[in-house]
Amino acid sequence: MSEFLQYMFSGVTVGAIYALAGLGFSIIYNSSHVINFAQGEFIMIGGMATVSLFAMGLPLPVAIMLAILATMLVGLALEKFAVEPARNADVVTIIIITIGASIFLRGVAQVVWDKNFHALPAFSSDEPINIFGAVLMPQSLWVIGVSLLCIVALYWFFNRTIYGKAMLATSYNRLAAQLVGIGVKKVLAASFALSAMLGAIGGIVVTPITFTSYDSGIMLGLKGFSAAVLGGLGNGLGAVVGGLIVGIAEAVGAGYLSSAYKDAIAFIIILVVLVFMPNGLFGKHGTERV
Amino acid sequence: MNGRYAALLALAAIIAALPPLMPNNYYYDIAIHAGFNAIVVVGLNLLMGYAGQISLGHAGFFGLGAYASGILTSRYGWPPGLAMLTGAAGVALIAYLVARPILKLKGHYLAMATLGVGIIISIVLNTESWLTGGPDGLMVDYFSVAGITLKGEQTWYWVVGGVLLLAVWLATNIVESPVGRALRAVHGSEVGAEVVGVDTARCKVMVFVVSAVFASVAGSLFAHYAGMITPAKAGFFHSVELVTMVVLGGMASTYGAVVGAVILSALPQFLTTFEDYEQIIMGGIMMGTMIFMPRGLLPSLKLMFRRWRNA
Repeated sequence: MSEFLQYMFSGVTVGAIYALAGLGFSIIYNSSHVINFAQGEFIMIGGMATVSLFAMGLPLPVAIMLAILATMLVGLALEKFAVEPARNADVVTIIIITIGASIFLRGVAQVVWDKNFHALPAFSSDEPINIFGAVLMPQSLWVIGVSLLCIVALYWFFNRTIYGKAMLATSYNRLAAQLVGIGVKKVLAASFALSAMLGAIGGIVVTPITFTSYDSGIMLGLKGFSAAVLGGLGNGLGAVVGGLIVGIAEAVGAGYLSSAYKDAIAFIIILVVLVFMPNGLFGKHGTERV
Repeated sequence: MNGRYAALLALAAIIAALPPLMPNNYYYDIAIHAGFNAIVVVGLNLLMGYAGQISLGHAGFFGLGAYASGILTSRYGWPPGLAMLTGAAGVALIAYLVARPILKLKGHYLAMATLGVGIIISIVLNTESWLTGGPDGLMVDYFSVAGITLKGEQTWYWVVGGVLLLAVWLATNIVESPVGRALRAVHGSEVGAEVVGVDTARCKVMVFVVSAVFASVAGSLFAHYAGMITPAKAGFFHSVELVTMVVLGGMASTYGAVVGAVILSALPQFLTTFEDYEQIIMGGIMMGTMIFMPRGLLPSLKLMFRRWRNA
């Protein structure tokens, strides 16, 4: 029992990060129908920038704020210089552009920083908490708490503020949104900034547990994509549920079955779900116009 | 003689004319790698360019072919030719089994599913080290058939050149056949194609299997040429490279696919002098060509040429 609880703790912790990454995918997908394969690099940049700013002697909260801002700027630049010019291109073309962007950003990170692993100190204490024989690190509580806060804030933003509603309106019908006076170009830029922010936050809170390096965004990004697809692309709640399912399945699978196949579990789940539910768990059923 | 054979002859002429221009085995090696990639990409282009279905997992099929050859010849002493055919048959079967459910998916869901298949294959190759040698890779013997052993860059150059010509010939034939026309209809509008009586599911599955077999055969030959195979060759990045080659050269253009494969295979060799900046340049090129030439190199050049002639 304590074993199972242990796997649940670590599963929910990584699951929360996957959920944030999945939300990032969903927000950009909703505003532009683009899958941003550089989402994982936002996670990496958030973590790496915090590490280097903190090493320069800045207090941790200041370093975190600056790192989040820097990542948002990268997100805006990505939208402005890579995605916007290719607005009307094919799905495949845009997929290659964002994959190119992710390779580019990894290259930049490798030059600006280095190829080593870096850690941050835990935000509060290092004392493990004992719960029914399982051990919970306080940093895991930070990860789960911050993720929860982000999800609630996003819910509030999209349902209660005029900006959030404008973004939602654009995702439902771009032309109609434009007609009622919503600046859809700004919405597009805002969606990249917002996704970059979510990625950076996830990358920062998880760095004390998993460490970070220039290439740590690859798998995190792909798992975030799995989470978003599992829940149904563009469905925010779906991405959160998808992230938790992937995280927990991975932790439990690694514990009871085989740790070598940990990374395969997410993709096996995805294949099984897509075979039976081609639009994910909560996805809309689309019809094609001829 | 129609245009189809003229283009094929031109490609054969280029392959035949290159050797005097290559000063040493290093250049042969680059050309051979470009050739292997071109074989895979010509097949992948059938799927992406003509049927309009993306695959982010084709390196998995390349890897399966390579490991089938490596394991059957080195561990069980099979003759290389038979091992290659068995590998291709196995890959065809696997591709057939996954294609039916997967190709029902569309757009990003299809990208995710094929990406998943590729990653699962590469994780299995990485993990089952009792069979595959794990992350360190597997040594593979020379390819020998009818008492002749294929050895050395200069021999392999002609082998790969010949197989590439065969692949291009097959691909252009498929494109011009009724199946090819049906595929283009599927690309245009799947529902529209169904309405006029095209069995779209069968067409898509068929071309998926054909493109997987191209990858598998190229993988088998590569394993024998390199003498060594590692799971990285089946990984996500190799898949991305292959897709980029298709789009860079120009989708729905078989010769464009060859051009894309040659450019992207040769490029990293020249970029190694920049070492740390290699990834930045590579990523920049991927973004740049897609933004400024979304139709790919060859079709864009053709268009420019036509405009220039009409002006």
